[in-house]
Amino acid sequence: MVSAARIENLSKRFWVDHEARDRGHRYRTLRDSLTEWAQWPLRRLRGQRPAGREEFWALKDVSFEVQPGEVLGIIGSNGAGKSTLLKILSRITKPTRGRVVLQGQVGSLLEVGTGFHPELTGRENVYLNGSILGMQKREIDRKFDEIVAFAEVEQFLDTPVKRYSSGMYVRLAFAVAAHLEPEILIVDEVLAVGDVGFQRRCFDKLRSLRDGGRTVLLVTHNLGAVTNLCTRAVVFESGSLVSSGLPQQEVASYLARLANQSRQSLQQRADRQGDQTARITSLEFRNVLNQPVEHAITGEDIEVTLHCQATTAPVVIDYVALSLWTADGVKVFHIDNTMRATDISAPGRERVYRCRLPRLPLPPGVYYWNAMISGEGRIRDHVYGAAKMEVLAGDFFGTGRTVDAGGGLLLMDHEWMPQYITSFAGHVPSI
Amino acid sequence: MSTSSTIASAAPGLSTVIEPAQGWKLINLGELWQFRELVGFLVWRDVKVRYKQTLLGAAWAVLQPAMMMVVFTVFFARLAKLPTGDLPYPLFVYAGLLPWILFSTAISQAASSVVNSERLITKIYFPRLAIPFATIGAAVVDFAIAIILLLALMVYYGVWPGPGIVVLPLVVAILLLAAAGVGTLLAALNVAYRDFRYVIPFLVQIWMFATPTIYMDPSANGSGRMEFILGLNPLTPLVASFRAATLGGPIPWLPLLGSALTAAALFLIGCGYYRRVEDEFSDII
Repeated sequence: MVSAARIENLSKRFWVDHEARDRGHRYRTLRDSLTEWAQWPLRRLRGQRPAGREEFWALKDVSFEVQPGEVLGIIGSNGAGKSTLLKILSRITKPTRGRVVLQGQVGSLLEVGTGFHPELTGRENVYLNGSILGMQKREIDRKFDEIVAFAEVEQFLDTPVKRYSSGMYVRLAFAVAAHLEPEILIVDEVLAVGDVGFQRRCFDKLRSLRDGGRTVLLVTHNLGAVTNLCTRAVVFESGSLVSSGLPQQEVASYLARLANQSRQSLQQRADRQGDQTARITSLEFRNVLNQPVEHAITGEDIEVTLHCQATTAPVVIDYVALSLWTADGVKVFHIDNTMRATDISAPGRERVYRCRLPRLPLPPGVYYWNAMISGEGRIRDHVYGAAKMEVLAGDFFGTGRTVDAGGGLLLMDHEWMPQYITSFAGHVPSI
Repeated sequence: MSTSSTIASAAPGLSTVIEPAQGWKLINLGELWQFRELVGFLVWRDVKVRYKQTLLGAAWAVLQPAMMMVVFTVFFARLAKLPTGDLPYPLFVYAGLLPWILFSTAISQAASSVVNSERLITKIYFPRLAIPFATIGAAVVDFAIAIILLLALMVYYGVWPGPGIVVLPLVVAILLLAAAGVGTLLAALNVAYRDFRYVIPFLVQIWMFATPTIYMDPSANGSGRMEFILGLNPLTPLVASFRAATLGGPIPWLPLLGSALTAAALFLIGCGYYRRVEDEFSDII
């Protein structure tokens, strides 16, 4: 079978211009170039390289293939080269070396709502955005009603999108993109936007694409999406592809790699998401005696303490979520403050959130915590593998012995009923 | 996997090869033609947004040249008494301003178009020439609206076009070819050097005075050094031909041919340079 995508020795170099940055702007100017040209003969005589420019390889000799019908999850920390790879595959930027062969029509979705113009109405933007994504006008005409129904914006079709709520905007933008029907779809982190209900619809859409036999390349930090949706995963680390295999296995190895980083202070981690107006500065555990601990014990209470700090001015934080993952990359549970309707708003730049987990029902092993804070619908900070937690065997059922979970994810509290000895003849004794 | 192979075989020919950029490339007119709907939508967006945001809407397309006409009439015709042949000055100057404004709007809008489309360029692929070409398309829409006033003025002064009117589409086509060349060149330079945009208004201003839009073409009746320089300007025969085609008069055929050749050369240089550097746009924008 011909591969849907064949990536051969792909490398991408960027130049980092220190001089321009020192002068306070990102861009080169004509003046810089003119002075550089003027100095060139002199520099040539002295055998110097252009001053202040340093090369940076965002991708280093990456090779892999994607078979038709595969859903490939691409995971890695920020700056690992995932987005550069997708930009090359989407033909937005050219590789420095190497080559890619794509078989079939390619659609890419690196952002929802590319080309949306705030002054134009919903209807107008559907056509504009559709055509930017590569649809023909006839095709948009045909799918128009479906798109509008999917986005649930029928009443606002002739309102400029600048008056839309952010939810409506994202729904409409995604609706257009969701009606693309390429053979190879390249998706970057679009699952990270929108509310929970909307994210579920995105999932369903991707799942239906997968079931329809399309090839999907998906970059996401949502490790759950990788294990649920993908048929294979590759892990990137500082520009190189470091491993490739079954999604669950790759998620596990990725989390293990993050754990090594999480030994360094959480504050120094750079692989974060969110607007960074506030940051999670530490994630710690305390036992029943309120002592900080490194390990948790099955069956004992443990308290998770999350420290946050506003980067500059105090910001609203109204949502705190934690999720726990096994070392095999399986999500065990998710908890957040809305589940028990806890109001966590507080003044000041520094916040401490404490959450008690009574009678920890986890079998012994290594676990990873992901932590996220958000406010006013915007993610402030999101750290994967924010902390590693080792759970030691303990007496969960209060029987004086330690127990194992028999291969299960959780220890389940339960009670066996005393045996009611009766004849199963069907006769119920009457009183 | 059986479904997937049917899809793969459904379009066996469609394969894309992505390789490192390599120097000069051909101008991808075929691909642009495939994306013609996108160019159309971008033109439509530019026009729509511009007119939506202003109080007077599409009237601006007429007002801008009309006000310039009034200003030049007051200063040059009344005060300086510039000769205009046997044409009334307002009509003479308006017929010169129209092609000039088409050209200058096209090049200055095209020049900033790529920098202004950062979001598009870094998020999606399409032939990059679509961006400056679309802004030129939007300038053509303005031009078409402004022509209405020219017709009104012609009726008012009782001036009728001669047989030369048939050349008009050709003149506009050459003008657009030149505008596309200059516009794409400026657009590409603007991405590479962010201080380049300060040069553009000066360039446009100087070019305007070097073009006989508001005064008679002196090269027609002299051969001094200044006249020679004006003759090199490809816009000179274009403005003169536009005026001759609409208001009657002899078409300067030979200079027009020269303009056409210069315009073609500008187009090849501008688009060629643009194509050479377009792969870097998303990295440096």
